[in-house]
Amino acid sequence: MAAKPVGMEVSIAVSEAVMLCDADVVAAYPITPQTHIVEHLSELVADGKLDAAYIPVESEQSAMSSCIGSSAAGARTFTATSSQGLALMNEMLYRAPVLRTPVVMVIANRALSAPINIWNDHSDIMSVRDAGWVALFAENGQESLDMTILSFRIAEDPRVSLPLSLNIDGFTLSHFIEPILLPTREEVRAFLPPFRPIVKLDIADPISIGLLGTPESYTEARKATDDALTASKQVVSEAFAEFKKHFGREYRVVESYRAEDAETILVMMGSIAETAMTAVDEMRDRGEKVGIVRLRLWRPFPVEEFKAAVRHAKNLAVIDRHMVLGVPDGPVALEVKSFLYADEVRPNISNYVLGLGGRDVTRDDFWHITERAKQPGAGQRPRYELVGVME
Amino acid sequence: MAKQIDALMKVRDLPVGFTAKPGSTLEFKTGDWRSMRPKLDRGKCSYCGFCYIYCPDGVYQDMGKDEKYYKPDLDYCKGCGVCAQECPKHCIEMVLEEV
Ligand code: SF4
Ligand code: SF4
Repeated sequence: MAAKPVGMEVSIAVSEAVMLCDADVVAAYPITPQTHIVEHLSELVADGKLDAAYIPVESEQSAMSSCIGSSAAGARTFTATSSQGLALMNEMLYRAPVLRTPVVMVIANRALSAPINIWNDHSDIMSVRDAGWVALFAENGQESLDMTILSFRIAEDPRVSLPLSLNIDGFTLSHFIEPILLPTREEVRAFLPPFRPIVKLDIADPISIGLLGTPESYTEARKATDDALTASKQVVSEAFAEFKKHFGREYRVVESYRAEDAETILVMMGSIAETAMTAVDEMRDRGEKVGIVRLRLWRPFPVEEFKAAVRHAKNLAVIDRHMVLGVPDGPVALEVKSFLYADEVRPNISNYVLGLGGRDVTRDDFWHITERAKQPGAGQRPRYELVGVME
Repeated sequence: MAKQIDALMKVRDLPVGFTAKPGSTLEFKTGDWRSMRPKLDRGKCSYCGFCYIYCPDGVYQDMGKDEKYYKPDLDYCKGCGVCAQECPKHCIEMVLEEV
């Protein structure tokens, strides 16, 4: 491993990771803020540094179609997209898990239109949360690179064989220059075995894929996919443990920061946790018992690990980066509340939606949320607080 | 034998990735969707072959120069009635499929 970190834009680090993983096929359509990832990959292919087929498709629907086909043919397959591009893939996104094609996709998270907005929130991934993909969230540049390498290992594991989306916040991660430790090709090869598909299009042993599922088999096909996705959590944890042995950096499906003795826990996903950590340090200096629990793995939802991480808390402040229109809770809060509903002792759960369409999330926001989460009756509020909304 | 995924099947018995071996349609008898079946009046048939050509499922078999007629394979005939519509001799009648 390179002894010293190098300054690198996170998008470039992600593309370098895809190169180090020897991807065979990249099929993608450029869209802000994912553009630098696929631009750099096309350069790497053109310069002969990555021996891959780069398919410059005419739409994201074609990108995902190509990816499913190439993955089924046994090729290590990568794509990246964002917002409207992900929306245009929607029809194909729901197919890949049932077909068990382990496509790896980086989503540079961006708000969905309307109004047209190119900046960061989580509305794109939330719009496809039920599609059946494994979903990971990265917090910083190093994690984005490490998670890209891990993504191929997890998705292609024969016990998983499912598509995986790695979510990195648009601009706040994708366009930032961060210190990155770049592993060597040999180190990545030692960690990532060659792709051996469990479902393969092979002329010598032909099969049909993408079949009709009649009322007699559709339910069972969906159940088989859900079973595979649920079981993948164990493989994710194993891959994290193996990654630590190879690269020294440790990851968990649910991350905690100063949460062990916290009375108030802030629950969140993605890069805002970096800001939140600074705010938590400040609040801790003033004697506030506050901490962070961050979901690294969003699908399958790590229910047991999450419960264990928040069990002792008095107040849970769940932070969402997306509004479920017509519903008084954000998507993460909805799920957290439902998982804890049956527990006899559960924390006061309040919900905060912020950082929509690229609006800045500051340390002050976390101070504010912590205060609000401690207020009497916080757990009984009928709906989330839209932090900073001008009414 | 190719696994059938049109019949009731347990989750654990489904082929991984919901795939099928080629030729599985041989065992997937689509004819049971039919509510009407074609009935031929051989006396009027001129052996012109329109039914054979027009049938969208290609289920008519040529019975040869001695028999001089075409016979639908009812395992696959879906009862669309195209043959009856196209027959120039009006010798195909669509009759209700009795179960
Ligand atoms: S009813 Fe339709 S499917 Fe059946 S034999 Fe006639 S044309 Fe073919
Ligand atoms: S179309 Fe009518 S007349 Fe011609 S072969 Fe068929 S049944 Fe006979």
